[in-house]
Amino acid sequence: MVLIRVTMLIFCLLFFGMFIYLGIFVSTSTVTLYNNNYNGRQENQAGNVLRGTIYASGGEILAESRVDENGVERRYYPYGSVFAHAVGYSVNGRMGIEDYANYYLMHSGASLSERVENDLENVKDPGYNVLSTLDVDLQQVADDYLGLYNGAVIVTEVKTGRILVLVSHPNFNPGSIKEDWEAITSDPKGSQLLNRATQGLYPPGSTFKIITALAYYRQNPDTWQDYTYTCTGNIMHDDYRISCIYGTVHGDLDLTSSFARSCNSSFVNIGLSLDRDMWADTMKDLYFNRRLPTDLLANYGKSYVGTASTDYDIMQTSIGQGRTTLTPLHLNMITQAIANGGEMLRPYLIDEIVDENGKVIKSYEPESAGMVISAEESAFLTDLMTAVCENGTARVLSNDNYTVAGKTGTAEFANDINESHAWFTAFAPVEDPEICVTIIIEKAGTGVEYAVPLAKRIFDAYFGV
Amino acid sequence: MQITLKFYVIELSKYLIAFMMLLYTGLALVCNFSKNKKAVSICCSFQSGVLLVLMFLCFLDMTFVSGKEEYLYLFAFITLFLFFMITIVSIIYDRSDRVLLNNMCLLSGLGLCIVSRLSFHKGFRQYIITLISFAICLVIPFVIERFRFFRKLLWIYAGVGIVALLIVLTSTKVNGAHITYTIKGFTFQPSEIVKILFLFFIAALLYKYNDLKWIIVSAVVSGIFVMILVLSRDLGSALIFFVVYFMILIMSTHNYWYLLTGLVGGGIACVVAYNIFDHVKVRVVAFLDPWTYIDDKAYQITQSLFAISSGGWFGNGLMQGRPWDIPYVDQDLVFSAICEEFGLLFAICLLIICLCCFYRMMYMAGVIGDKFYQIVVYGIGVMYIFQVFLTVGGGTKFIPLTGVTLPLISYGGSSVLSTYIMFFIVQGVYIKSLKYEKTLDEKVTKSDTKVH
Repeated sequence: MVLIRVTMLIFCLLFFGMFIYLGIFVSTSTVTLYNNNYNGRQENQAGNVLRGTIYASGGEILAESRVDENGVERRYYPYGSVFAHAVGYSVNGRMGIEDYANYYLMHSGASLSERVENDLENVKDPGYNVLSTLDVDLQQVADDYLGLYNGAVIVTEVKTGRILVLVSHPNFNPGSIKEDWEAITSDPKGSQLLNRATQGLYPPGSTFKIITALAYYRQNPDTWQDYTYTCTGNIMHDDYRISCIYGTVHGDLDLTSSFARSCNSSFVNIGLSLDRDMWADTMKDLYFNRRLPTDLLANYGKSYVGTASTDYDIMQTSIGQGRTTLTPLHLNMITQAIANGGEMLRPYLIDEIVDENGKVIKSYEPESAGMVISAEESAFLTDLMTAVCENGTARVLSNDNYTVAGKTGTAEFANDINESHAWFTAFAPVEDPEICVTIIIEKAGTGVEYAVPLAKRIFDAYFGV
Repeated sequence: MQITLKFYVIELSKYLIAFMMLLYTGLALVCNFSKNKKAVSICCSFQSGVLLVLMFLCFLDMTFVSGKEEYLYLFAFITLFLFFMITIVSIIYDRSDRVLLNNMCLLSGLGLCIVSRLSFHKGFRQYIITLISFAICLVIPFVIERFRFFRKLLWIYAGVGIVALLIVLTSTKVNGAHITYTIKGFTFQPSEIVKILFLFFIAALLYKYNDLKWIIVSAVVSGIFVMILVLSRDLGSALIFFVVYFMILIMSTHNYWYLLTGLVGGGIACVVAYNIFDHVKVRVVAFLDPWTYIDDKAYQITQSLFAISSGGWFGNGLMQGRPWDIPYVDQDLVFSAICEEFGLLFAICLLIICLCCFYRMMYMAGVIGDKFYQIVVYGIGVMYIFQVFLTVGGGTKFIPLTGVTLPLISYGGSSVLSTYIMFFIVQGVYIKSLKYEKTLDEKVTKSDTKVH
């Protein structure tokens, strides 16, 4: 009977498909589903496993669980609030590495005999330990400098995407989060729990000129060198006026000097000349308006240029004002791609998961997020950014020990210039980039005055000057 | 000492159970596909041994973890019952199919094991129900062999079936659906038994009539069954009736156009049902985007996914998981509990054994000469495997969740009884067809001698 055979075949194929589906599901979903807050299995594990330790890249302990003589388990954070957002917390919800590595921290590699021994001695099995990418010295420099200001600092390795520094202010003390919870969450201005480095959406200000310049370069590949503009301190278009910072008159400029001296008038002029659809494509290549290639909890930058934009919108967008927003992480990733010849790397916080004997359970390797810009574009932007640090707005960084390429920014969101956000994003050394620093300091004033000195301290600390 | 032993028992039994299951499944495949009768018979005996060890390991594990001796007693009872079932069926019906019988024992045994793990009380109840079901079913092959009137009760099947479903429809709602009714403390789920009546109705009609007029009649009556079930919110059963009807129709008429009709009709019915009924919409939404509705609409399916993913390939070990986080775990989502504690490897083996049962039934349907019973056996096979597919696929988010039981494994008296009836009908028909063939052979030989 042919039909009976066909029936058999149909169901066998259906089931076979289901087996493959189930196999893939079980092999790929265990870690993510375990971390879901609705999964009650975390409670089971807590009864058997002592949460693992989190180390900095230099071997310093960032978080560990200890059991006191009464058998009470507590999580200790030796650096207090310094690593608040990066390492995070594990009670009243989770954040940071405590969240990303939760599955491993709560699973033990203890052998059967060790588990029997532990059970007889009435101690829990040790969870896996996490070796993070964080650098204690650099993190402390950034945290100290930021002090009472609100803001964020993120430092990554150009060739790998490893995150060395992740600071967000205001912060909290993860060791006493349970006791402080009420105060933190009831604070009306309370945003201590927000990780500004990865989630804070700010107007990018002049740092956005990187993208405007890139769009201009793409649309004028042969003639960009011929660009000239004479700055009179402001630009008028359709009754709208945009001024340069402090009303400075920059005089005769080409593209490089417009960028180095951060001339708003010139960049508004550039922006108005751009093809809007192509400009939008450039932004899309840089992950604007779409999910960032990272496993971290992060927001992506948002911007709009297109047929619906008015000329005023375009003028604003050209200099990173208006409706354009960006997170420090996103800007850092763009800077990293420029430094790395155009290839963006996924930023990550964890190097290795090891068991209590140091055996590596899982190691994380650099992962590419694709060539977001070409090598030529990378070289072009590097040149512009080098000019900024040699004879432009960030020339204080010019020194004999290392070369820097960067872009300053002053994001205005109020009329008072002292109420502006100070931005700086940079990488060094220019010849063979190693690290990439992105800083935002809220309501501090200009990027030149406030953000650049912090970058200098971080570079000095990194290069041992 | 006690604690140490416990650790080793839990950890080792986990792998031993998986190994035993693999071994059993391997033997089941040999039994199904081997032409060598002697090899099959040896494999079948070996299978029973493996099953005994498997059950012992499971119950030993549960006894150790829970510290309750009751589990060992239950093991003894279950083993006795399975032994009794195999022996008595083999003695009374010496032509019964041992391969199918063995697989049925395994599924029944594991079902009792997992249900008693979820709740010892329910496990014991299930045991009693299984005993009663077996006692009822033991006479089925005998009745099938003796009486021929089953094919004549066409309208009685349809009438009783529809009335039974209508009574449920007018009964009180349980968990948002009219599926059961309760008489004197006993809860029945009539759709389980009506399934069999429905099959007999279709078979009684289609074995005799093949013209369009009668096919339309069959379609209208089937449509009534399906509509009542949809109105009772028993979507899983409705889907089973629908699919089984079309599969049988194509098989008995050999007309492939019905396949197209079925697909188009089914598609339209799904779209209409999606737009009219909220409870259909909810299932689809929960299937497409479970993580957004994790705390209400998709709670059940996401909890089920947590369970499956936490089990991995080898499971967490018996009584080491949290199956009760999943609503209705003992009925609709028992497969997820199996995945969590026994692991995916074991669970896939279990499904392969279900496929073996299905394969065996299809094989039998192919050799049965009597068209009425051929349709019945074919229908039972399709109904069985499609139900397995619905419940497993639904619980693992392979398809939208519909809420039907896993036959022989899930907790529930009606489900166990109807599945036992179905399996014993298959056995009865097979025995009958073997005898018929034999008498046919003898007649042929006699006429041959006459000629000489």
